[in-house]
Amino acid sequence: MSAAFQVEHASRSSRIGMAVFAVALIALAAAPAWGGRDDLRLLSEIYAYVALASLWNLLAGYAGLVSVGQQAYVGLGGYVLFASTILFGMPPLVAVPVAGVIAAVVALPVAGLMFRLRGHYFAIGTWVVAEVFRLLSSQVSALGGGSGISLPAGIVTSMASSRQMREFLIYWVALALVVVVLAAIVLLLRSRYGLALTAIRDNELAARSSGIDVTRTKLVVYVLTAFGTAMVGALIFLQKLRISPDTAFSVNDWTAFVIFITVIGGIGRVEGPIIGTIVFFLLRQTLADLGSLYLLMLGAVAIAVMLFAPKGIWGLLVERSGWQLLPLERRLRLAADPRTS
Amino acid sequence: MEWVNIIIQGVLIGGLYAMFAAGLALIFGVMRLVNIAHGDLIVLAAYVALMTTDTLGLNPLLAIVVVVPIMAAIGYGLQRGLLNRTLGDDVLPPLLVTFGLSVIIQNALLELFTADSRRLKAGAIEVASFQVGEGVWIGVLPLLQFAVAIAVIAGLQLLFYRTALGRAFRATSDDQSVAQLMGLDNRHIFALAMALSLAVVAVAGVFLAVRTNFDPAIGPARLIFGFEAVIIGGLGSMWGTLAGGIILGVSQAIGAQINPGWQLLAGHLAFLVILAVRPEGLFPKVQT
Amino acid sequence: MPEPLLDVRALDAFYGDFQALFGVSLRVEPGEVVAVIGANGAGKSTLLNCIAGAIRSSRDTIRFDGEAIGDQPAHAVVGRGIALVPEGRRLFASLSVEENLLIGGQVGRHGPWNLARIYDLFPVLAERRHVPSTSLSGGQQQMVAIGRALMSNPKLLLCDEISLGLAPIVVREVYARLSAIVAEGSSLIIVEQDIVQALKAAGRVYCLQEGRVALTGSAGVLTREAISAAYFGA
Repeated sequence: MSAAFQVEHASRSSRIGMAVFAVALIALAAAPAWGGRDDLRLLSEIYAYVALASLWNLLAGYAGLVSVGQQAYVGLGGYVLFASTILFGMPPLVAVPVAGVIAAVVALPVAGLMFRLRGHYFAIGTWVVAEVFRLLSSQVSALGGGSGISLPAGIVTSMASSRQMREFLIYWVALALVVVVLAAIVLLLRSRYGLALTAIRDNELAARSSGIDVTRTKLVVYVLTAFGTAMVGALIFLQKLRISPDTAFSVNDWTAFVIFITVIGGIGRVEGPIIGTIVFFLLRQTLADLGSLYLLMLGAVAIAVMLFAPKGIWGLLVERSGWQLLPLERRLRLAADPRTS
Repeated sequence: MEWVNIIIQGVLIGGLYAMFAAGLALIFGVMRLVNIAHGDLIVLAAYVALMTTDTLGLNPLLAIVVVVPIMAAIGYGLQRGLLNRTLGDDVLPPLLVTFGLSVIIQNALLELFTADSRRLKAGAIEVASFQVGEGVWIGVLPLLQFAVAIAVIAGLQLLFYRTALGRAFRATSDDQSVAQLMGLDNRHIFALAMALSLAVVAVAGVFLAVRTNFDPAIGPARLIFGFEAVIIGGLGSMWGTLAGGIILGVSQAIGAQINPGWQLLAGHLAFLVILAVRPEGLFPKVQT
Repeated sequence: MPEPLLDVRALDAFYGDFQALFGVSLRVEPGEVVAVIGANGAGKSTLLNCIAGAIRSSRDTIRFDGEAIGDQPAHAVVGRGIALVPEGRRLFASLSVEENLLIGGQVGRHGPWNLARIYDLFPVLAERRHVPSTSLSGGQQQMVAIGRALMSNPKLLLCDEISLGLAPIVVREVYARLSAIVAEGSSLIIVEQDIVQALKAAGRVYCLQEGRVALTGSAGVLTREAISAAYFGA
């Protein structure tokens, strides 16, 4: 008997969504041509947050691992980059994937410890780990100890022939990185692992009794997330040209904002972090002068969203329209189905 | 003799950590909620104490009498008005809402009080100490605070195991739906538990304010100390929480003695070691 | 005609989208023992949970003691005089026998039942009053569960499958106490899988099948065949 069904991932709205993405991608890749220095910086920041939020979303919204300590890997990525370039003479852009690999290796024993904690206690545990990384990094005098260190001029200029080229290069790498992260997440979710994750998210006990190795799946996701987060972190600090323990491991910058973005955009949906980042940056452009009031409002908005619209902005949109931007549905098409797509 | 003094100091501050932990453990026991804003609420209590002493001119240690009811009322309102809505099977809402609350409290305090470091003056008691042996001194204030911590924990144990309210807490924690069938209103019970937790937080906050310099940003570190004390001691036992606090305090003291920059790391290390070799804690409750 | 103690009229119950009860009507007069029988999944526990307030219904579908209580939450319903002995006992594991009983009395209704009277009814519990409740035998745990419900001095006691998992001799012992309970003024609804026991203890019987009342009548009058047909569906 031949296969009686096929699995389809796309839908009409996702085809439109993909087309929009493709056009946007081309426009953004050409940004060095139409944008100024500040525009490129802003866009790079947006890409970093989209990537960080998408990774956090994968961890929390799909694998059910709510971490408030991902800043551990952002900072680790940054410090590995600085260490490999300053202490070991590695070219900066090569150091980015190296940072990812080292973070993935570190994530293994961390997961071993953290997985002994459940739910809320897991969350605080990840915070403790981030604190430990922060304290350890301030003990490393070769990298500036508590006050941090700047990237030496020699390394900076070695990256490209001019300052402008260097900035273009970092911008393209940032764009490429966020595209790779999103593509990897979509591919992961479309795979068997993705199906397992959705099952775990919906009902862990049932998933376990269906034969899914829940612990291993979670471990894989945790390690991959650390890998991606560290690369983004490495790139962030390469762009900043300076690192210190407090900026590298800042809860506000790398966890609070990321969580708010994901909650407001929509947890558990890949499109959520993208929408959330856009909203976040719009708010920031208009309100950032308010300093701590801005953070206060962000917190209040996140709470309101969590209570009244727990699926976030994208979740609300999807409920009304059934749209999806990215091809992530699974529909069975029976072989003898007379319907056309 | 230096080491004896260090250990004693570590034990005494362990009492404060145990108070941080007790409020946290209580809430988790009754409603499976971990309040990420817990540390920030301790700091809030410290600022409430600050306002109380400024307006009423009281000694901070007496101000406890005012701060406790205020914080308890805040706890009742917070649970009934906000946190009760987040309870359910999903771990995400209470976690994210309390995280949002943490950010809100920190930034509200920042707006109201600026980032300046404050400290409450309790008078001569702050530096008073007495000698217990050759070269061994104990500070009066740390000892008082340790005694209060023991009293608080003993009081909580008594409440949980000898009173009708404690029975209600334990029954609700065991089986929420059947507790309702026995006439217990969960919304009210949970709110009372949070009020109690914040009453303990109030006492801890006042002692914190007298002992150390505080500012709006130090909340998360207090949360972490409380959390580590709970994990080291083991869930399910208040006295275990005290032991956890003491072990944490002593680890930090030893670490600080070896190298001042290692104080916090030593505490975290103790926590990670316990998590690695005995994740259920040193004194876990034996489940029947 | 005076209003019954409990008057359930055309009750529908849902678990999410799934409908468990379809227009169930039932009444209990003061001093009566009514049995509700039916196969697994027929909706018997759902019915008791609705009456006890664990599942909210529309206001007028459930009337008790002259008042509409359908939309009242469980903790308020206990205060009005309905107590449930839940299926599977569901004792509080962290509490001792005596503490479980005391919790039942927390609602503070006046009546003949108190700690001493419960220990009279179930002497074996008096000997083990400070023992953790879950370390008792099945039959003893059932007694604690019944005692816990009695402590609220209910006018109506709902017993959900109290014979489940118990040896026949223990079941007889437990059921022997029920008449003492009725004598003190409580009416009873007993949900049972053991039809023989149910018919012996009750005056009237309702048989549920897939969420509907398939048969009702006096215990003495209904025939074996009629009950079988109603139980399993013709």
